[in-house]
Amino acid sequence: MTDRAFAPTLALHLGVIAVLAVLQFVLPDYHHGLLARIMVLAIFAMGYNLLFGYVGLLSLGHAMFFSAGLYGAGLPVFHLGWGVPAAFAAGIAAGGLLALLVGVLVLRTTGVAFMIVTMMFAQAFYLAILYFAPWTKGSEGFVLPQAARAIDIAGARWDLTSPSMRYWTALLLFSAVLALTLYVARSPYGRVLVAIRENEERTRMLGYDTFATKLLAVVLSGAICAASGAAYVLIFGYAGSTLASIQYSILPLLWVLLGGAATTLGPLLGTVFMYYVIDVASGYTTAWLLIVGIVLILLVLFFPRGVLGTIRERWVPWLP
Amino acid sequence: MAAVSPILVTKGLSRSFGGLKAVDDVDFEMAPGEIRALIGPNGAGKTTFVSLVCGRVEPTGGTIIFDGEDVTRLAAHQRVRRGIAYTFQITSVFGNLTAWDNVALAVQRHAGKGPRGARGLREGVQEALLRTGLAGRQGVLAANLAYGHQRLLEVAMGLALKPRLLILDEPTQGLSDGEIDGFVGLVRDIARDATVLLIEHNMDVVMRLADRITVLNAGRILAEGAPDAIRADAEVQQAYLGAPADG
Repeated sequence: MTDRAFAPTLALHLGVIAVLAVLQFVLPDYHHGLLARIMVLAIFAMGYNLLFGYVGLLSLGHAMFFSAGLYGAGLPVFHLGWGVPAAFAAGIAAGGLLALLVGVLVLRTTGVAFMIVTMMFAQAFYLAILYFAPWTKGSEGFVLPQAARAIDIAGARWDLTSPSMRYWTALLLFSAVLALTLYVARSPYGRVLVAIRENEERTRMLGYDTFATKLLAVVLSGAICAASGAAYVLIFGYAGSTLASIQYSILPLLWVLLGGAATTLGPLLGTVFMYYVIDVASGYTTAWLLIVGIVLILLVLFFPRGVLGTIRERWVPWLP
Repeated sequence: MAAVSPILVTKGLSRSFGGLKAVDDVDFEMAPGEIRALIGPNGAGKTTFVSLVCGRVEPTGGTIIFDGEDVTRLAAHQRVRRGIAYTFQITSVFGNLTAWDNVALAVQRHAGKGPRGARGLREGVQEALLRTGLAGRQGVLAANLAYGHQRLLEVAMGLALKPRLLILDEPTQGLSDGEIDGFVGLVRDIARDATVLLIEHNMDVVMRLADRITVLNAGRILAEGAPDAIRADAEVQQAYLGAPADG
């Protein structure tokens, strides 16, 4: 974040995007589909990382922002027959608005209280989805019709039900959000976010309105997580209340911790890693949770700051 | 009354913690450009008083007027934007950021936007680091700086805010004699374009720097005047040293 050279950083990020683009032609069908899903969920992790990694606010309620995007985009398509672009925008708006309302209330707390209050809001949101089951279809969920999941652009049809278009769409959105988080992390605003994490009182005494700064971060984080949820329902065609449960508040925390909090590429790495550890482990044994647990313990022991966080600390200090 | 209008005035400023009156009905004035030392025994209310001025603590009574404007109800960050800067008694730099980033945080808010802002930021940071002698250490994480350099970084952040009133809370605490000499020169340099309010225990530093001295005791102003007058004041010696001076 200092006035260090930007070239290696840019090359690294473009390289990662290029590798993801090439993988699309190399991977077998199964992994191809899995990676598309991982990229969409990595957006969720990046949104979470903005608040947890950079500002240091540990939320246990981000499932509500993800599912605000999921239902904010899914319900208008399912009930009102909206098109994909409008639904996507509605999903992001729903998440951003929810984050603004929740942020104003939860930012009065810090630390453990912040964790508990965010979790309570997320549970209330989850229960509301079940309560309105006539519209949301509750835990059973709903599937978007294939015909609705396509965009017509100037005669050409962008069909989100075809595997390759799913992959390209996921990669496009992933790259856009990666660029956004890189921009924020290197910007003066990103420097203030880190300063708040390090010492909020000192930041205030440098003339910053820390409440407003944090509120903007909550809204940004919520909107990015909602974009992930909206992309999820539009690309994969399913929304159900499980995706709003507490599990989906804890998963992004795990992904970010594994990959490296406050690193731009950590969220992707953590998401890929968790998915593949579960995938490989469950291929060998039904006790795959045991293997996942052991891997997590080893990582915490040897990579206490997450994979990229530890690499940055020990070997590559310029890593953003 | 001073000929020029004062930069800082407090009227009846009070703050109680429970039954304890930490600051008790203090009327205080500072002229622009002066270096004022605030001294007094431990627990006299010095830090509470300056915390009231910079907005970290809310008063239970009284008003604070900065440059003619009543700032009593303003939040701390709004007072910083009007030109009141505070450097912490306990070093509180951002340990996981480099010295450069620490100072950049103080500069970037008024550096503007776009390419011109970026250049202004670089120049502003460079200037503050040069003035405090930290230019060679700009890439070092603040947590890895020597203690004396952390204190200097704290001052660099304070002056990078381009304050009109800089409050230094025990800046020389824990510094070596050589570092203190450098520090005295630095404060004189800062005072050329800012007013300085200095809480200090080292009487040598106070005598070398202060234009005027205010003595606080038990939350009240005990004495105020030129350094020589304060030095000679028997009451001050009673409060500060706990015994009358011999000879």
